[in-house]
Amino acid sequence: MLLGLILLITTLAACLLITHPPVWFPVAITGPAHAFDGQFTWTLWVTGILFIAAQLLLAGIILRRRAANSVPAPSSSGVRASLLAAAAMIAVEVALAAHGSSPLSHATAKNPEIIEVYAHQFAWNFRYPGPDGVFGRVKTEFIADAAGNPVGIDPSDSRGNDDVVVSTLRIPAGRPVRLMLHSRDVIHDFFVRELRTKQDIVPGMEIPLDVLADRPGQYEIACAELCGLAHNQMHGVLLVMPAEDYDQWKLKH
Amino acid sequence: METQTLTPRPSLFRRVFSTDHRTIARQYFFLSIFAVITGVCLSLLMRYHLVWPHEKVRWFEAIWSVRAEGGIMTEELYLSLMTLHGTIMVFFVLTLAPLNAFSNLVLPEQLGRREMAFPRLNMLSFWITLVSFLTLLASCVLDEGGPIAGWTAYPPLSAVGAVSGPGEGLGQTLWFVSIGIFCIGSLLAAMNIISTVIECRRPGMSLMQMPLTCWNWFVTSILSVLSFPVLLAAGLLILLDRLVGTSFFVPGDLLIAEQHNPHAGGSPLLWQHLFWFFGHPEVYIAILPGMGIVSHIISNFSRRAPFSYRACVWAPVAIAFLGMLVWGHHMFISGISPYSALTFSLVTMSIGAPSAVLVLNWLGTTFRAARLEFPTAMLFCLGFVSLFVTGGLTGLYLGQPEIDAYFHDTAFVVAHFHMIMGMAALFAVFAATFYWFPLMFGRMLNERLGKLHFYLTFIGAYALFLPMHFAGFAGNPRRYADFTNFDFLQAVMPLQHWITMTAFALGAVQLIFIWNLFSSIWRGAPATANPWSGSTLEWNPDGEISTLGPYSYSNSGSETN
Repeated sequence: MLLGLILLITTLAACLLITHPPVWFPVAITGPAHAFDGQFTWTLWVTGILFIAAQLLLAGIILRRRAANSVPAPSSSGVRASLLAAAAMIAVEVALAAHGSSPLSHATAKNPEIIEVYAHQFAWNFRYPGPDGVFGRVKTEFIADAAGNPVGIDPSDSRGNDDVVVSTLRIPAGRPVRLMLHSRDVIHDFFVRELRTKQDIVPGMEIPLDVLADRPGQYEIACAELCGLAHNQMHGVLLVMPAEDYDQWKLKH
Repeated sequence: METQTLTPRPSLFRRVFSTDHRTIARQYFFLSIFAVITGVCLSLLMRYHLVWPHEKVRWFEAIWSVRAEGGIMTEELYLSLMTLHGTIMVFFVLTLAPLNAFSNLVLPEQLGRREMAFPRLNMLSFWITLVSFLTLLASCVLDEGGPIAGWTAYPPLSAVGAVSGPGEGLGQTLWFVSIGIFCIGSLLAAMNIISTVIECRRPGMSLMQMPLTCWNWFVTSILSVLSFPVLLAAGLLILLDRLVGTSFFVPGDLLIAEQHNPHAGGSPLLWQHLFWFFGHPEVYIAILPGMGIVSHIISNFSRRAPFSYRACVWAPVAIAFLGMLVWGHHMFISGISPYSALTFSLVTMSIGAPSAVLVLNWLGTTFRAARLEFPTAMLFCLGFVSLFVTGGLTGLYLGQPEIDAYFHDTAFVVAHFHMIMGMAALFAVFAATFYWFPLMFGRMLNERLGKLHFYLTFIGAYALFLPMHFAGFAGNPRRYADFTNFDFLQAVMPLQHWITMTAFALGAVQLIFIWNLFSSIWRGAPATANPWSGSTLEWNPDGEISTLGPYSYSNSGSETN
């Protein structure tokens, strides 16, 4: 049967695609990102075995020569086998979940450095508290992109005078950072592939995202939630700097 | 057939506004055929633009003078095509074809009757649905263009009017109106199916003697009745936000396109909860009828009862029940609490269990077949099983919050749901079309063309959607109008070219089916009363209800006809 052969070839092709992938994941630069890679590989093995088994079984049934008009076996065992299949699948899923890290177990860093992320249609801005270590008050009414105040720092609040607003996100390697995500208009999403995570930025909410990057480098920030016309142009840059360089940079600003 | 020629031919009005369930089935069928052709064409335009964003195509400009000036598709045009593609495929293809078209075609006869419970309501459901479809198309022929917020229409983007983007004015309003009307039509149709199954079975047919198709349409309709009202309510609320100035979904203090927004106090996440409370069951509304169709047809062509009839009844019931409880897995990255994420993840993964039961039953039925036959309808069912396994397994990645955090809104998700909701569900529709075509038009589809179409479509489905997962591995975001702004996406472009090429090939292959369909309607071989030697009552409406259950195939029985 042709279909049986096609199933065999498809299964083989899927395996070859995995061993010779056209594209693959980028480097991982945080602890959770490395954990992701481990859990992905584990899931790939588990689902891969199930995939191959099911497709080969189907191909085998189609290709099998059978005696003409063999008497169908009674179906009484069907319910038992079905319950067994359900139990086996639950066992597979327990194996998957047990290998992964619980979503509750996210260790929150002590005293992370706070950096604010501001997203709007269709750009990123990042605010650092400056030498005083305190963010000034922000209000929507003070937002003026052309006048260089894209996050709306209140000029009447002296704590905001030294705040630094830039369009490249710089963070130190090896030190915990907490990004506080803000949007002024619609839902955006902060996605950096090398962090292996993304977080929606919901207007009206302030959502934290903890990052402890272990490898300096320049990475791309993409918006991953449809935010309107130029969604695909909402490009940002994450610069993970050696800690000393980062401190130098902060001193200069 | 003979008796029909004696009755006078009904007037044109009566034939168009018909209460005959088979006529309504054909109407739903042709509406979804028109919708799927439109949807496929939209996807091909998008695929073209994704890999050749700067190519000038003269006739783009002829159609969209504003949005494709100079023959170059603008981002807003791309996003409006994407929105229309998703909406058409989810609502007007995957909901209408497997559920409404085929249940209308055979449900009454399968239950030993000749009519749906409410024939006029049935007619009304179809015409309401048609109005909804025309409203949707109207939203896209406006000068300002169709909405760009995707089929999920997340606020605030979709709730604040034209200020948030082109097409977000009247176009988006019409989109919500269209979806609201669709909800009403689907609700009426679902209530009709539920009533028919509960009240209109022929005496002597217990629920556990119904064909599995009836069970799945029944369960699907219960899902529809539970979930469509939520979407209808949410749609009305967001229309109030848009038109009256309420703030259900829009928080205060927004600055959109340099303009201060007057709303205050709403919650964008509330929409996501309401939308996915509908949206996830909707996924099962699309696939459950397919499961019933596949169980039914596999049984016919294995010439034996299903491996376990009871398991094939209760597994979809379990899937439907669990499917109502997992909407939060669409919101893992939306800022919900990790406790919610854990709960939604565990329930999501548990859907694998009844799904595995179904796969076992399909394999078990064919493995223990008295005699395996491979007409086109059966091939599409076996293709369904293969695609269902593949598309289901990738769900095990997305059901884990930590894995989803990377794959969410990437090509991996697009590949996952196209594999299972797009391809598998459509394979069930193809199978049903080949299997019940005799009841729809009194003729047979061409088997040779059918098989050619099946093999090419099956290969095409894998050639297109397996590699698409890899774009997801590379982190390729979905809903991007082009891939020119990111360095990392340049490495994915060769793969994107492959996907576009196979998409065009797969689209071209569907012409075989369209040709087969329309030529067979008029010139197909006349069908006998029971061409597949089926045991269920749609093939023998005056037959006895078998005490052995609906699938009482035996070796001697298979020799008849």
